[in-house]
Amino acid sequence: MAVQVLIPTPLQKFTNEEASVALTAASVDGMLDALEERYPGIKGRLCDEGGKLRRFLNVYVNSEDIRFLQNQETALQDGDEVSIVPAVAGG
Amino acid sequence: MQLLGVPVTATLSRSTFTGLRCKECGHGYEAGARHVCEDVCFGPLEVVYDYDAIRSRVSRASIEAGPTSIWRYREFLPIEGDPIDVGTGFTPLLKAHRLARRLGLKNLYIKNDGVNMPTLSFKDRVVSVALTRARELGFTTVSCASTGNLANSTAAIAAHAGLECCVFIPSDLELGKVLGTLIYNPTLMAVKGNYDQVNRLCSEVANTYGWGFVNINLRPYYSEGSKTLGYEVIEQLGWQLPDHIVAPLASGSLFTKIRKGFDEFIKVGLVDEKPVRFSGAQAEGCSPIAQAFAEGRDFITPVKPNTIAKSIAIGNPADGPYAIDIANKTGGSIAAVSDAEIIEGIKLLAETEGVFTETAGGTTIAVLKKLVEQGKIDPNETTVAYITGNGLKTTEAVSSAIGEPFLIEAQLDSFNAAWERAQSLHRASWEPVA
Repeated sequence: MAVQVLIPTPLQKFTNEEASVALTAASVDGMLDALEERYPGIKGRLCDEGGKLRRFLNVYVNSEDIRFLQNQETALQDGDEVSIVPAVAGG
Repeated sequence: MQLLGVPVTATLSRSTFTGLRCKECGHGYEAGARHVCEDVCFGPLEVVYDYDAIRSRVSRASIEAGPTSIWRYREFLPIEGDPIDVGTGFTPLLKAHRLARRLGLKNLYIKNDGVNMPTLSFKDRVVSVALTRARELGFTTVSCASTGNLANSTAAIAAHAGLECCVFIPSDLELGKVLGTLIYNPTLMAVKGNYDQVNRLCSEVANTYGWGFVNINLRPYYSEGSKTLGYEVIEQLGWQLPDHIVAPLASGSLFTKIRKGFDEFIKVGLVDEKPVRFSGAQAEGCSPIAQAFAEGRDFITPVKPNTIAKSIAIGNPADGPYAIDIANKTGGSIAAVSDAEIIEGIKLLAETEGVFTETAGGTTIAVLKKLVEQGKIDPNETTVAYITGNGLKTTEAVSSAIGEPFLIEAQLDSFNAAWERAQSLHRASWEPVA
């Protein structure tokens, strides 16, 4: 599936300063692997040694937090937008 | 001094802070506009201080001789030059005799940030610090994602400081909070979505616009402002720690920073150490931290908020794991109450203490009541309930629950009849007559 991934500023040093990256992936896990393939080292920032997303990172598929979907197994469709956002405080 | 490989720059020599450090892995960073551990683990960054320098500069007397604002504690705050001082802080700590009697407590205090300046919530503390730092870092436009109070505060203090301002709120906020932002003439974006969606959008905006977002790239500085709620309570209790505090939980940041404030005063010798229990309050309609606490989890499962307590309706609380850790380590509790209990909490505080708080304060009072009923607060403990916002901003929440005026003619007969009717209303059994 062709998806668009929004990259947060701190990770854009991996993506040649690109804020948005087009990838082919069938799930969030697949998207993480595809990112790593294109930008070696980036997955190690996003995930722990077990491949689980770090707890202070939020990932959204079409604006929905993947924890309301199937977490990293969430399936992706053509045209989906995946946003990676570090947690923020506020109120 | 060296911070995990990051040399401390000479430009910071006027201040007592030395850089930023990841709260999770300890990796060090220079004190710029950044909020996550981008080199390692994406954990939140915190300001690091030189406590020896602070200890050598401050005393109880030097603090007491300072301004009656948060800036009496400026050595503990992450700024380099002159602060933006709009009179924020040093709000009243009320001995709550009548509320205490009603609840069966003996030593209850209300820290009333509903009368904080300039915008009547604790957010003025964090924004005063964040915008001072924003100016130092060279930002000319400031922004935030807000559930209302932060928008009011950012717009007001930006106006005072002459900074451009663009703030983002969920589109369903209370009228008072929208009006209380627009009056300062910022650009206001009302986003069709909940706070967590607003926050996500703002993170994406922060990626592309070079703005200072107080709760995103300025967050390490911003959140330090909440420590002053800890310092003030110590000072106002006569340089003593309380035994137990109860505070509302939204992102969890306030809770963790009150603790940090207490710990820092102990560390530099301004107050004697003793255990303080930390209890947190959430609304049932948005209680991801209370749910995790009840289930013994140390991670948060996000929720979609549905509560009248909009100011604390954060379904994905960034500092939730830290709040749970503090409640567990100190022997405190985290509890949630229904919207009906929140309204009763607002009314109870108003009727017993003359303090009109917003829904977050109603949540805190309702949870305080619940914890007393569950035997989780010792009647003799010195307990402080933090009231963080003003009720005049959320009148919608209580307008149908507070009765009506007696409409009378301008004649004595009419008054007499109405007065007789009024007297027939029951007095609360706990309240002494005359």
